[in-house]
Order: sequence, then structure tokens, then C-alpha cells
Amino acid sequence: MSALLQVEGLVKTFSVPAGLVGSRSVSAVAGVSLHVDRAEVLGLVGESGSGKTTLGRCVLGMTPVDGGSITFDGAEVTALRGRRRAEFRRRVQPVFQDPYASLDPRWRVGRSIREALDAHRTGTRANRHQRVLDLLDRVGLSPSYAERLPRQLSGGQRQRVGVAAALASGPDLIVADEPVSALDVSVQAQVLNLFADLQRDLGVAVLFIAHDLAVVEHLSQRVAVMYLGRIAEVASTRDIFAGPSHPYTRALVAAIPHPDPEHRIDVVPLSGEIPSPLDPPAGCRFHPRCPLVTDICHTVRPDLEPVSSTQLAACLVTAPPTPAHAPH
Amino acid sequence: MTGPVLAVQDLRVGFATPQGLVSAVDGVSLTVGAGEVVGLVGESGCGKSTLANAVLGLLPAAAQVSGAAQLDGEQLLGLEESRLRRLRGDRISMVFQDPSTSLDPTFAVGEQVAETIRAHRRVSRADARAQAVRLMSEVGIPDAARRYGDAPHRFSGGMRQRIVIAAALANQPAMLIADEPTTALDVTIQAQILSLIAGLCRDRGTAVLLITHDLGVVAQICDRVGVMYAGQLVEEAPVRRLFAQPQHPYTRALLGALPTADARPGGLTVIPGQVPDLSGPLPGCRFLDRCPQARPECPTRPDPVTVGDTRVACWDVSARLVPEGSQP
Repeated sequence: MSALLQVEGLVKTFSVPAGLVGSRSVSAVAGVSLHVDRAEVLGLVGESGSGKTTLGRCVLGMTPVDGGSITFDGAEVTALRGRRRAEFRRRVQPVFQDPYASLDPRWRVGRSIREALDAHRTGTRANRHQRVLDLLDRVGLSPSYAERLPRQLSGGQRQRVGVAAALASGPDLIVADEPVSALDVSVQAQVLNLFADLQRDLGVAVLFIAHDLAVVEHLSQRVAVMYLGRIAEVASTRDIFAGPSHPYTRALVAAIPHPDPEHRIDVVPLSGEIPSPLDPPAGCRFHPRCPLVTDICHTVRPDLEPVSSTQLAACLVTAPPTPAHAPH
Repeated sequence: MTGPVLAVQDLRVGFATPQGLVSAVDGVSLTVGAGEVVGLVGESGCGKSTLANAVLGLLPAAAQVSGAAQLDGEQLLGLEESRLRRLRGDRISMVFQDPSTSLDPTFAVGEQVAETIRAHRRVSRADARAQAVRLMSEVGIPDAARRYGDAPHRFSGGMRQRIVIAAALANQPAMLIADEPTTALDVTIQAQILSLIAGLCRDRGTAVLLITHDLGVVAQICDRVGVMYAGQLVEEAPVRRLFAQPQHPYTRALLGALPTADARPGGLTVIPGQVPDLSGPLPGCRFLDRCPQARPECPTRPDPVTVGDTRVACWDVSARLVPEGSQP
């Protein structure tokens, strides 16, 4: 069976003003391929400037793409118009870091969720009120919350309302961008439990974008690691955390501050900082910081190559290309 | 043996609001010794930053502060602003979450480090400059002499935080208070900065009070840790003991809420209810309404008891302690 979401060679470049009249291009996503299976949580991790948020916005259709393709359930997303576009928007829903951004502060919670049901013409008008209450129950909120305003809710409750609104249309895929990073750990636990329940009970697939590796390891079946607009590695969660192949993934995993004093970081895993996407390095974009760098890394851009049946890495040293695909 | 560098005793901070007096810090006692990193951990609104600001004399004049905070035996609370100014940046310094708030955007970063030295020491401009360059180099600014004249915006967030740390350490303070110093940074940069703080503390014997919401950060570099909840210090222990044998029900819940690979998705510990309104009358344990171990005594305030080398304020723990002298 084909993947629910398939991204191939995606390119997104932004133009930023430079000087008085000129402009420069920022290569935010530079040829990214990945897929999300049905009912799967794919974690997408990366540091600031990695392009993970831009990738999420492209998948949601919120940002036009400059190249490559995005197919959802077999159909090319960028070509969808009219009713089929509306159907895509029903089936792919966003959840953002700040639930304030997706809730109208003047509307009671019930109305915000109701709006989502009305927009997608879900169910009959008569049973939509019951559906609002069902959705609140689904995210662990009692019916009385339908009458509250967003400002009367705590951060965790607001994020659960945000998830309820995303669920209103009965989506197959949720694109969640840092949905728990603004929350305290005890509140974060509620929202993470909710995402796990959605996947298990409703079979909703999630593209879970986050910078927190512990959160991603806990929730995801597979993980994609982005660095400066490229996928460095994509593999099963176990491979990423127990046997990372790409030198950047290795450094990232080694930098995790484990909540375990017996498991301290002994050697700082990576020196230097992520370069500006205004002027990305040639060849492998990680080469200026890479401990394993070789001459060809300066000039040849690595593509994802299989390391095992569950692991792909874009590294000329740890995952050298097979002769058939060798770059010239 | 010499006494602690910082000794906080029964510190209370209240803010008068139209809703009544908000008790933000409620009777916290804690010490930090030379060369020791003590973590103060808790969720939003627990009073950990308010405590730090009270110690530094940075609270608004309307704040009602009582108790004691002694730096090498000198009482800091109620000290005249002129004396505080002489101490801050000299005997006691601070690093905050956002380095941009600590740096003047219009001045060269090197000048700002040098200025910190000249504000407290009679040294020539040339000597201050030489010391600033040496400090910048020590905290890992590459090519420090050449970057001396660059404005803050020419540096990344991680590099700016290094400059703030250089300025904080310029006068060899006895005490460094770091409030969420790595929260705004990417994980690989966080590892660098934590290693820097821990190394400087070890090499110079600086006492460090590290305020954070992140139990991972605590586990990585702290020697001892205090856990705050709703203005109260509920538990204090050596770091290994806290993670291996948490005593207070809140500490246990907090550790259970952490996402890990081993925890079953959907199975993270959730703390029912919400943090109490701190403007209400709260005579007893403030975790009472959410506590699975609540007892009839809990509406009165528990005195801290000692379990091994842990200090914990909980009636349930006290009740389970075998009274001294009753053992055969």
C-alpha cells in the first residue's frame, strides 16, 4: 500500500531583502524526500533554521512550493483545486505551538470547534452540538468547557481544544508543529498522552515536528532528522537513538540532556553552530562542523542512501552511495 | 569548614494585587557552597525566578520580601541600591534566559565585558580590554581579539550567551545565578553552554544557583537540587538521590511525566487538577488538592524532615518515618 503522504525532492526558497534594492535567497528546504504511513507518527526533528517548520507549512498547503512534489493518498497536492482541495484540507489538519493562534479569543470554545464542523459540513446541523461535546470528551475536557473562552483555559487545556478543533473534520493526518514546547512538563504529559491515544484509537497519522528529542523518541515510530534544509537521516526511532548513522544525528543524540545523573554528557558532541541558510555550505551542508569530513564532502551533495532496511542516511562517509547511484 | 556562599533562610515574597496578596515564595531555605552547582527546578509560576530576583535585589519596590539571603554572611535583603549595585557584577552575577536583554545592542560586546570590569575595579582601559579578550576567548568566542569590537547582533544566540557569561565572570564572583541560561538555545549549543558553566564553576570554585524547568539540565550539571511547587520548596536532595529515590509526591509525579523511550506512549503520569491560586489563603501544603497521598494533616504546613540525605516537606513521608528510638 502506498504511503499516506509522500514528499519528493521538495524545494522552498525564500527571498529576503538585502541592501537598498537587492534581495538574497534563503534555501529553507533544499530537496527533501520523506513519507508518512497511515496511522504512523513520524517525528521531524532539527534545530533552529533546519527548515522543519517550512516543510510542515508546505505539506499543509500554507506555503507554495518551488519544486518537487507532495502527494497525499495518491493525489498531487499542489494540483488540487475546488472540491478536491477542500477535501484535502479536511483530511490534513494543523496543530500549532500556540493554540491562541488557532482559537478566536472572543469565541467560546464550543463555537470554535463547531465552526470547524460547519466548515467541513461534517454530520447534520442537529447532531453537530453533540459532536462538539464528543470531541471535548475525546480530548479529556468536560462538556462545561464548551461555554468557556480561551483566556479562561490553562495552556494545556487550550492545546487540547486546539487538538479537538483539528479532529473535528475527521482528518487522516495531523501536522503538529511544536505542539508541546510551550507547556510545562506535567501539562505536556497530558497532550503527549492525547496524541498517543489519537493514533491508537482513531488511526490518525501525525507528522510531529519538534526540537525536543525526548518527546519525539517517546511518541514516534520513525524519525527524520533535518539539518539546514536537508534530511540528514530517516530511520526507525530505535535506529536513530540506538544506532544513528549520520554524524549530525550522532551529535544530536549525544547532546540530549537525559534526566538521569548516571548518564551525563562527558564530551561536548559538536562544536560550532549551524551556518546561515542565506549562505549554505557547498557539498554536504554539515561538512564545516563534521568530525568525519573528507575532501569529497566539500563538493559532493550526499543523497539519502540505505544503511539498513529501516535506516537511510545522507552521508558520503557513513552511508556511501551504492555504485549505481554514485554521483559523478 | 567555611560556611555556604549563599544562604537563603525562610524567604517569603508577596505581591499585593487587587485580588489579594499573592504569595509567590513561601518560606524557602537553601544554601549553595563554593564550587557547587545547585539546581532549583519547578514549573511556570512556582516562584523559582522570583526567588532569584529577590536574592539579587531585582524585584519591584512593591514586592513584600521577608526572611534572609546572605552572601558570604552579608544580608542582601533590604540592602541599599548603591551597595547592591557594587555587589552585582562583582561578588554576585547573573545570567538570564535571553542574552539580548543583558547586552546593549549599540555597544561592542568586548567593551561591555571591559566595562563590567572597570565598573568594579581600578584598571586601565588597556588592561580591561586585555582581560575582556582573555575572558571572551575562555568562554569559547573564536578569534576574540578581532570580534571585540563587533555589536551583539553580529553574534548568534549561543555566542551572545557566551559573552554574557564572560561578563558575569569578569570579576571572579563568588556566586553566579543562572536563570534558564540555555532554554532559548538549540540542544547542541545547550550542551556546549552547560559544559562551559560546569567547567568554570569547577575551575574557579564559583557557587552556582541554576534555575530551570528542565530536569534533564538538572541531571546533567547539578550537584544538589531543590524542587519548588507553588512557591514552596517541597524537596531538596543530592542530584542522584533525587532522581533515584524521589520522596515528595510532586517530585515523583514530575519525574513520571517525563517522556522517555521506556514509558509507554499514552502512559505518562498526569497530575490531576491545577496549581492553586496563590492569592487565596494557603496555610498548608500547596500540593494538597492534587496529591494522591493527601492526609488529614495536609491543610497544615508540613515541617521538612530528613530522609537519608533528602530534605522533604510532606506529611505522608513524615508519617512513614520510623520514630527515632523506637527501633529495637
